[in-house]
Amino acid sequence: MNKDWWESPEFLHPGHAFCAGCGFIIAFRHILKVLGADTIVAITAGCLGTNSGFLPSSPIKVAGYNTPFASVAAAATGIRAALDARGNSLTQVIAVAGDGGTYDIGLQALSAAAERNENFIYLCYDNEGYMNTGVQRSSATPLGAWTTTTPEGKAGPKKDLPAIMMAHRIPYFATLTPAFPEDFLAKARQAEAIKGMRFLQLLSPCPPGWGIPSQATVKLARLAVQTRVFPLYEVYDGKRIILNLEPEKVPVKDYLRAQTRFRTLSDEEMEHVQKEVDFHWAELKARADWFASKADDAAL
Amino acid sequence: MKELLTGNEAVARGIGLARVEVVSAYPITPQTSVVEEVAKLCAAGKLKTRYIRIESEHSSMACTAAASMTGVRAFTATSSQGLAYMHEMLHWASGSRLPIVMVNVNRALGAPWNLWSDHSDSLSQRDTGWLQLYCHTNQECLDTLIQAFRLAETVLLPVMIVMDGFILSHTMEPVDVPRPEDVDAFLPPYEARYRLDPREPHVFNILADSRDFMRMRRQAHEDMNRAVELLEDIELEFQNTFSRSYGVLEAYLTEDAEVVLVGLGATCGTVKDVVDELRRQGFKAGLVRIRMFRPFPARKLREILLNQKKVAVLDQAVSMGAGGTLSQEVKQALFDDPHFRTREAPLVFSFITGLGGLDITPEMLERIFKETIHASGPQEEPCWMED
Repeated sequence: MNKDWWESPEFLHPGHAFCAGCGFIIAFRHILKVLGADTIVAITAGCLGTNSGFLPSSPIKVAGYNTPFASVAAAATGIRAALDARGNSLTQVIAVAGDGGTYDIGLQALSAAAERNENFIYLCYDNEGYMNTGVQRSSATPLGAWTTTTPEGKAGPKKDLPAIMMAHRIPYFATLTPAFPEDFLAKARQAEAIKGMRFLQLLSPCPPGWGIPSQATVKLARLAVQTRVFPLYEVYDGKRIILNLEPEKVPVKDYLRAQTRFRTLSDEEMEHVQKEVDFHWAELKARADWFASKADDAAL
Repeated sequence: MKELLTGNEAVARGIGLARVEVVSAYPITPQTSVVEEVAKLCAAGKLKTRYIRIESEHSSMACTAAASMTGVRAFTATSSQGLAYMHEMLHWASGSRLPIVMVNVNRALGAPWNLWSDHSDSLSQRDTGWLQLYCHTNQECLDTLIQAFRLAETVLLPVMIVMDGFILSHTMEPVDVPRPEDVDAFLPPYEARYRLDPREPHVFNILADSRDFMRMRRQAHEDMNRAVELLEDIELEFQNTFSRSYGVLEAYLTEDAEVVLVGLGATCGTVKDVVDELRRQGFKAGLVRIRMFRPFPARKLREILLNQKKVAVLDQAVSMGAGGTLSQEVKQALFDDPHFRTREAPLVFSFITGLGGLDITPEMLERIFKETIHASGPQEEPCWMED
């Protein structure tokens, strides 16, 4: 992280209406700095949809377009097609949606755009629930989490969106958080450089939704990585997996107990979550190691 | 040059002639041959359009709207369930003031499943802020497509071109295909006044307070109302170049008529034959074919109908619990007359028929005219004509 980076132009005005400590808005500010002025943002319902401005002003300094909930990937497709039709291949198009607009209502349009390998970046800010409407469950809500529609804690596990995206064989998939800025910037820049569908999965701690203090966002995002709940990795063409960080294992309960949304989880249930996390980590690590050992295999 | 074309082929030709830059569409019967034809023309290099083979009609309109917002001429086509699936996006496109043109090939809405034409799909979208133009020949489909972009790009509202499924979409007729240079002169390249532009960045469709929101709705309403006269102006120019025009509505032998039938779409061709036949028999029948349904040309319709005694409305869609959709519109147009209370309005009879593609035969139309002539007044309930 150099001085030039911090001094590069900002594309988010101060005074936006996001919650203090929102994980997404930190990331959004940084990704706009990477992409620069020649960018069009497709926005959908959710935290960014409602906070993208109040007529006549917007905190976003680049061109932006709001589209209904289910349609951000289709809208980004249309923007890209129109730019291409006019011979403009330089302007970057980025679709931005929360986990509701990605995992749930927007999945059909996302899957189709991924299958067509549309040439835009998709940034999913995953705060693990419908936080903008006041904390309701989405299919990204993890096991046992309290929301207003799961007052007894969510029954099933979080939908495995990374696996779904990998199955589409898109050119680039990466997980990122606001807690590891160097890693974040490297991935944002990588996404910028690649053509075709690029998917960025951002873990976005949500102070009101998760029941954490506003100043704990970065700490929680870091804990998610350290406990291996949210591993940092990249996937090229849906196959080649690169683990960006192999943290010393911190117990998952440290992450869960830091949030009031998991207050009803018993020690036994936390142990179950630990096992799930260990299983997924082992699976990911084995695939990443296998690819690392085959690094020179041209057949891949 | 005259060619034998189906309605759907005529539409595909229109896309090329109008130099549409982005088409995003999903196949649905009976619109499917539009997307097939577009794919074929693109693959053969005869169409320079970007064609996105999208995964649903909701996405299709989202994609078309976003392309239009980015400043290109954008088009899509759909039918029936597909149009219903787009409903949310139809409001979005008109609210964003996007000059999109779409063809809707009429087909009944399920359940139960039905593949054939009635007007319930398009008429149930009447409040979405889209202009609606109903065609009655394949020639008119092609010509309307070219006129529609002029109209849409002037009022900054989307236009839905409506044509009866199978009756027009799959039936061949001789169509005079305009020369590209003539269309270019009539329809210059599109330059958007407002668009997504990184050099002049704006964020569109952000939250608006109630006052702004209501003001924007009123503006759109007033701009849409302007479209009646605007279409007439556009048609004058069209007539000069192509020697054809259609009007916002078409009055056929109405001046001395005892009964005027009001209808939409392809069936009006049959009605004209029936009017001719009835006049041979000594009955003074007439027809008003409403081409522009939104905005509703109420004043124009009143000019014709207020001198009539009896009006029969051919309703090919029903608003359940209220009656025929078109007859409601006709009655309201008459009621809206500032002199409504001081003059005698014609009696309006509603005949609901043709739902789910039920054949509307010349015999049935004759009966509609004759029953209207002989009846002293309309019943409280519309008349359902089932054979």
